[in-house]
Amino acid sequence: VRGFANLEPRLSRSGKAIVVAPVAAVIAAVLVLSIAFLAIGRSPVEAVYYFFIAPFASVSNLGEVLLDMSPLLLIAQGLAIGFRARIWNIGAEGQLVIGAIAGSLLPIYLNSASSPLILPAMVVLGGVGGMSWAGIAAFLRAQLNTNEVLVTLMLNSVAYQILYFLVSGPLRDPHGFNFPQSVQFQDAATFPLLISGMRVNASIFIGLGVSVLAWLFVHRSFLGFKLRVCGAAPMAARYAGFSQTQAIWISLMIGGCAAGIAGVSEVAGPLGQLQRVLSPGYGYSAIVVAFLGALDPLGIVLSSFLMAVIYVGGDLAQTSAGVSYAMTTVLLGVLLVTYLATRLFVDYRIRFRWPEPRRGTVA
Amino acid sequence: MNATLLFVLSSTLVAATPLLIGALGELAVEKTGVLNLSIEGLMAIGAAIGFITTHDTGSHWLGLLTGGVAGLLLSLVFAGIILGFLANQVAAGIAVGILGLGLSAMVGRSYESQSIPAMAHWAIPGLSTLPVVGPALFAQSPPVYLAVLLAVGEALFFRFTRLGLVVRATGEAPNAAHALGYDVRLIRAGAIAFGGFLAGVAGAFISVAYTPLWADGMVAGRGWIVIALVVFGSWRVGRIVAGAYLFGAVGILELLFQAEGVQLPSQLLSSLPYVATIIALALLSMDRRRVRLNAPVSLGLTFWAGQ
Repeated sequence: VRGFANLEPRLSRSGKAIVVAPVAAVIAAVLVLSIAFLAIGRSPVEAVYYFFIAPFASVSNLGEVLLDMSPLLLIAQGLAIGFRARIWNIGAEGQLVIGAIAGSLLPIYLNSASSPLILPAMVVLGGVGGMSWAGIAAFLRAQLNTNEVLVTLMLNSVAYQILYFLVSGPLRDPHGFNFPQSVQFQDAATFPLLISGMRVNASIFIGLGVSVLAWLFVHRSFLGFKLRVCGAAPMAARYAGFSQTQAIWISLMIGGCAAGIAGVSEVAGPLGQLQRVLSPGYGYSAIVVAFLGALDPLGIVLSSFLMAVIYVGGDLAQTSAGVSYAMTTVLLGVLLVTYLATRLFVDYRIRFRWPEPRRGTVA
Repeated sequence: MNATLLFVLSSTLVAATPLLIGALGELAVEKTGVLNLSIEGLMAIGAAIGFITTHDTGSHWLGLLTGGVAGLLLSLVFAGIILGFLANQVAAGIAVGILGLGLSAMVGRSYESQSIPAMAHWAIPGLSTLPVVGPALFAQSPPVYLAVLLAVGEALFFRFTRLGLVVRATGEAPNAAHALGYDVRLIRAGAIAFGGFLAGVAGAFISVAYTPLWADGMVAGRGWIVIALVVFGSWRVGRIVAGAYLFGAVGILELLFQAEGVQLPSQLLSSLPYVATIIALALLSMDRRRVRLNAPVSLGLTFWAGQ
């Protein structure tokens, strides 16, 4: 080990750094935002207002925040369980799409059914759909040791092609003037609205309920403990007899199930039908959310809320100040890049080495 | 029929070029043991900056160059967080990819749906006058040929040069390379910068030569195909070249089938490259020995000299 400043692993994780990293990420995001606003001749104060204050300014804005938060929260909780076991499921976007398709089959084929059971059945179908799509990657990884990052990534693109095929053919609304979309779902097949006149619906409770379950699973269950050991110390896990195959299947099944249900909450929520565009990249943003929340169920509740605030802030800045929607995407990138960099100090610290005075030079 | 065949041949060459250029860059990165998932974003920023440069200066070459430099600069952010801050490569790749997509949409905003004159084609003397295939194969825009030369150069580099050997060693056994006195982080940073430059050039090729206009989102998932291509080609230059033309042809056939009214869902063709990659990946990893022969052993793992 040489050099002036060296990295040194900490003996125990720094509690301070766990909090400092996301705060640093938000500060970096605000800085970039201010510079971008200055560059187009606007005040940085305006930037902070649109992205961090306006989303709270009215009940309807706050409703939009909860609406965006719900799929991010749900998907990120599922992904984080896998990430903690070092199973990299990058395919939440595809699992969301397949889940949405599976859940949509009921209201499309039983469009007049008004049973109160139809919505729960859709949620179950969506979860199963997402799980089966993630199952392809789990099977290949468990049986053939195929890299799950690449497989889940490829399956995202395949899932979208399946969706495009179905909405422009078999599942298209026959009276829809050839638009690539399904029939409108009946009321019984959509989530009840929380406040009439606003789009936020009851699916946010699924996300919050799943968060509680995720907390219990991670911090209070033996299975959750085994998964964590598989990720943190694979050799120790093998020695203790914890099955890697089990870790792979459980991780991908939970991630797929959560993403599939999120897909249903989109089609049975703000969309109200199956269509070509199901998500503005929730599956990818949820990866950002999971990391920003330090892969911890409680942290993810906070980070998904923050992310949703930025999404809504971006929408508001676009409609009222004419700021490009791309600003939101840039902010997501800056947040995660800064977080990943500062995250280092949770496990490491920098030890500075001052050159020692040479013997003999001091009289 | 002849005209259709020629159209398919010549369009395949063009469609395959950005895939090939990007994949040759990503190959060098993965050979050092780094998985860079930000290619889509790097190509997008390359496409945006390349288009803006060509639009404002009129030079296609300058556009390709600045596009490459833009990709390089953004890839340094990736290099910084995974090498300097030891961040997880998957997460860092996603982050920088998102950043690139956002930045490209932002800088390209005032150029939306503008177009530029197409890049002048090079007629290869002697060959371009060949009957039938001459005009289709040997009168293309320059990067189409340069990509092939680049592939040959990269194959020779990995096979015959000392640096090529060091690069491969870094991916196969970073600890051993470090013990021998090679600077693993420097080699990885160099490869990432090279890969970033080529991803930027690949993006710029799309916006200044392939379809000379700017539309947000015009990279349209090619970055993911590039990553698929490296795996599909099992980390070998020759197979990657073959794969690039195969994937390029699939895209063109899709257009052709639509035009000819063939009753085959175009989505089936669109998903072919991805399905083929998954199958190739599964076949490759079935035999552990074969994986060892092909995939860089340390792919995706963080290296820290102090461990």
